[in-house]
Amino acid sequence: MDIQLKRGLLDVCVLAAIRNEDSYGYRIIKDMKPYLEMSESTLYTILKRLEAASLLTVRSAEHDGRLRKYYHITAAGIRRLEDFKEDWKEILAIYQFVTREERHE
Amino acid sequence: MNKQEYLSRLEQALSGLPREELQERLAFYKESIDDRMEEGLSEDAAIAQLGSVEDVAAQILAETSFSALVRERIRPRGRMPVWEILLLVLGFPLWFPLLVTAFVLLLSVFILLWSLILCLWAVEFSLIVSAVGALITGVLSLSRGEPSNALLMMGAGLMLAGLSVFLFFGCKAASKGAVALTKKLTLWIKSLFLRKESKS
Repeated sequence: MDIQLKRGLLDVCVLAAIRNEDSYGYRIIKDMKPYLEMSESTLYTILKRLEAASLLTVRSAEHDGRLRKYYHITAAGIRRLEDFKEDWKEILAIYQFVTREERHE
Repeated sequence: MNKQEYLSRLEQALSGLPREELQERLAFYKESIDDRMEEGLSEDAAIAQLGSVEDVAAQILAETSFSALVRERIRPRGRMPVWEILLLVLGFPLWFPLLVTAFVLLLSVFILLWSLILCLWAVEFSLIVSAVGALITGVLSLSRGEPSNALLMMGAGLMLAGLSVFLFFGCKAASKGAVALTKKLTLWIKSLFLRKESKS
């Protein structure tokens, strides 16, 4: 798959994983596992990128006597997810057009 | 290997990273191990899920920019002794050309590699052009009533076209190999910065 496209998809997946409630590193990986496998270092890089773009915020909270980092989606992050859905409606329409052409041949 | 060992080996393998980023990454892995153990995994199993220290370090290194590594490398640690500064200044005519030479050598390896690939593609391109040219000449000869000439030209054209198809796959494979080799070399150069770091 095209690298730019894949990168965009991974960003959106991570945002979707924290959309409903704040989440933490391991849980994000676990929640995404049925759909795509992601290593810790990949996730770290994506979280950093999303934080720099203000699509999410980070806070440390105590859990069971240790610190855990929770990631919270921002309004801009939610907007990004909405944009993604709109974009994919268009892409899906194009996909249907492309596959229909194939069947005719 | 327990959690502490894993983390300290990772720290050592990544000691060339900017300190802040290194600490943050280690905390991230520590949290990940803790969360896995909280879920009921044994310490060994949790660590095994993260992957070997070597794999993880290589992946992180590939994601880290050259400039970050170099900046960390040249960041002064405490005060330099006077004799070291003196040596650095007096040795400038020696170490500067050496540094430039090393840089140029590495650069020429990359250029050599990629010019080979460029050559292959140039041959492929010329094969295609000659094939098309020969076929057109063949058709023209036929219309001018020179069947033997036409046969020769068309035969040559078809042969060249066939060759170009073969070479196209060769070119593609070679390009892919060159990309992989470039990635490996880049990683190797990055790791040079790290190894020097952990010795000092």
